[in-house]
Amino acid sequence: MAEKREVSVLVGGRAGDGINNAGALVARLLGRLGYRIYLYFDYPSLIRGGHNFAVIRAAEHGVGTCRENVDFILALNQETVTRHQAMVHDGTAIVFNADLVKSKGQGIQVKTILAAEQAPEIMGNSVMIGGFAKAAGIPWDLVEDVFRAALPKGTDLNLKVAKRAYDQLTVARTIPERGSPPLPLLTGNEAIGLGLIRGGLDAYVSYPMTPSSSLLHFLAGEKEKFGITVVHPENEIAVVLMGLGFAYAGKRAAVGTSGGGFCLMTEGLSLAGMAELPLVFVVSQRTGPSTGLPTYTGQSELEFVLHAGQGEFPRLIVAPGDAGEALSWSAIALEIAWQFQVPAFILPDKTLSEGTYSIDTAALPSPEKMPAVPGQAASPSLPYRRYADAPDGVSPLAFPGDTGAVVKVNSYAHDESGYTTEEGDMVSLMTEKRLRKQEALARAMNTLPQVNVLGTADAPVALLCWGSTKGACAEVGEALGLRVVQPVVLEPFPVTQLRVALSGATKLICVEENATGQLAAIASEYGITADEAILRYDGRPFTYESLLEKVREVVS
Amino acid sequence: MTGRNLITDVQNTWCPGCGNFTIQHTLKAFLAEWEKEGRSLDNVVLVSGIGCHAKIADYLNINSFYSLHGRTIPVATGIKLANPDLTVICCCGDGDCYAEGLDHLVFAAKRNIDITVLVHDNRVYGLTTGQYTPTSPLGFKGKSTPTGTAELPLNPVELMLACGATFIARGYTKKMDQLRTLIREAVMHKGFSFIDMLQICATFFPAADYYTPRVYEPADHDPENLEKACLLAREWDYNSDARIALGVLYRKDMPGFGERVAVSIKTASEREQAVRDIIAARI
Repeated sequence: MAEKREVSVLVGGRAGDGINNAGALVARLLGRLGYRIYLYFDYPSLIRGGHNFAVIRAAEHGVGTCRENVDFILALNQETVTRHQAMVHDGTAIVFNADLVKSKGQGIQVKTILAAEQAPEIMGNSVMIGGFAKAAGIPWDLVEDVFRAALPKGTDLNLKVAKRAYDQLTVARTIPERGSPPLPLLTGNEAIGLGLIRGGLDAYVSYPMTPSSSLLHFLAGEKEKFGITVVHPENEIAVVLMGLGFAYAGKRAAVGTSGGGFCLMTEGLSLAGMAELPLVFVVSQRTGPSTGLPTYTGQSELEFVLHAGQGEFPRLIVAPGDAGEALSWSAIALEIAWQFQVPAFILPDKTLSEGTYSIDTAALPSPEKMPAVPGQAASPSLPYRRYADAPDGVSPLAFPGDTGAVVKVNSYAHDESGYTTEEGDMVSLMTEKRLRKQEALARAMNTLPQVNVLGTADAPVALLCWGSTKGACAEVGEALGLRVVQPVVLEPFPVTQLRVALSGATKLICVEENATGQLAAIASEYGITADEAILRYDGRPFTYESLLEKVREVVS
Repeated sequence: MTGRNLITDVQNTWCPGCGNFTIQHTLKAFLAEWEKEGRSLDNVVLVSGIGCHAKIADYLNINSFYSLHGRTIPVATGIKLANPDLTVICCCGDGDCYAEGLDHLVFAAKRNIDITVLVHDNRVYGLTTGQYTPTSPLGFKGKSTPTGTAELPLNPVELMLACGATFIARGYTKKMDQLRTLIREAVMHKGFSFIDMLQICATFFPAADYYTPRVYEPADHDPENLEKACLLAREWDYNSDARIALGVLYRKDMPGFGERVAVSIKTASEREQAVRDIIAARI
């Protein structure tokens, strides 16, 4: 068999079988072989039963999307074999739990193995991973290393049951080692959390909502290490207002939710705009409208977060395309929010939030080398005026407790001291102050690279995408020799950089996971018109093949 | 700042005879006393909602967060968690705190967050020109209920007992000295403190003639006795004719939310190391 330079593994079972953890173990094994990893986790909105699966794709270079064929299937239930038949090719190796599944391939008597070691049922996944490792020709010492790193509890027993399966199976197709050093793996939400910490986060406030919840869980789990306060209050209205309370008192806060929870936050968002309080909103998108598909992806909240909240006020929106971008841009978003005293959005989707990616740590800048953002430098003077006007509209910041400063913030139209006003001239002046802040924010953002160009940079046909669809677009662009343009910053709209990125392009195809082409609609307001739209709105991310086919249709 | 003028130059627009004047004056007297005892007013924050009561944020010359309707308590909670050295006082209205923001009141009491909630309970919406609130009596004829309300009022004192509030009091704007003592005790209380301040609305619900003959201070009440506090709370249900007990109705010492969730702050380099350690462990 000709050696493939990449491999895909599907792990499937019932909800409650720990498929996500099993997938993560497979991802680590392949990561240790020197592959770059992308893991997609698919699960319905329930706790027990139903069908869960993870697809782990391991390639020589960074990837951010799945293929429609897999080389290995690890079946913990019958559905894994029957449901994913279309993903099987001639060389697909199947390893299955023989207690529950009938299939071709290699079966493992999981119960027998567990009984032999008197191991609990929960260790069944370790048995399966041991079997997979053998079928894939992965050296045992590497399995042992990964188990020791990933399963700090009950490691020895897990290894014993895994070894039994390892010894029983035969090599089906060897996954060759790559020469590259292994890279660490992070989910998108973990990367956002770490990025926020690097941006100086003091507090994270959130009410659970898929697919943002794993960010709450991650930061709550690590809060002592970071020295941050994590609060899960009564609802999203309390979330956003607590966040604003932290900001008023001088602490850097972020809040997290999905579209439905963000609906409840909009009054607080508008208050942030009026009171000029910095706050980061992580809005992880899922399929809408309303409750929609809670555990599936979508990109339909761009227009929502762009226009949410009554009145007009500046805001920042960044949409990272993978975990690496999430790590760097989350820090920038928090910093910018504080430099300009504005709300800032980080806009991932379920694919990014709950997907796992290899992180190139060499690209992780040291804190001192984080991009410098020109901001306000004036220090407050007394008598303190919270909304003192300035050329760029950014007022000096003081906080309650600062000696001699009376700090008054206000949701009403207010004067420079923060007192309520209904004077037309003052209302206009403060409105113009906020508009100047918007301009200063846009100028500052223009000093950063906000638009990625991938694929063939000077190709006449360009794909325009944002967020996690970057992964599929980049590969399709590579395969077909197309230009791929991905703005990471979506507001203030990086029109200048986008025009440069698209210069010479004669055909523009927008690729989005929504039904209306939201980025294309925004771009058209700036005179950048997409000729074609490839849209997916069934809750599933584009795979390489599904996008390739669609792009071929519109390019030919 | 010491010896500051506690009242700002902002033009006062409360109606003549409004109970809010009493509350403002009482708070001013309390703050002056607080400062005289050697505490800095720089560390005091007032959070107000939206409504007639909320204008107090413009009128008092202290740090203030003029928030949204119903949203004093979550803001105050965030401020207190961010900086436990601050003394955080919420001035809220009854529509504000018992209708729009009731969830926050329930949870603040449940958490025992160390903030003080002063409810300007005039039992009517004033700024929106006279509609019933959660504490208006049955049959109250407001602009949205011209034939009278069809629902019984909420008893906020009883509600706070049920929610686990650790300091519950009732005051009355015609009893200013007592109100000042109550505010002082509420602010001094470690944990969540709540005062339902019966206040007349000169324009839409001038109820002084009802309150004045009925209010009393129960002799020998032990505020640490939950059962007695419950009886006192139920004596007047904000609807039927009964005596109205004033003073501290219930008090209990309990660890607060802030203490329970406190984490020790890390330096920037400790945080960066933690980030790098977590990433390194994911290989």
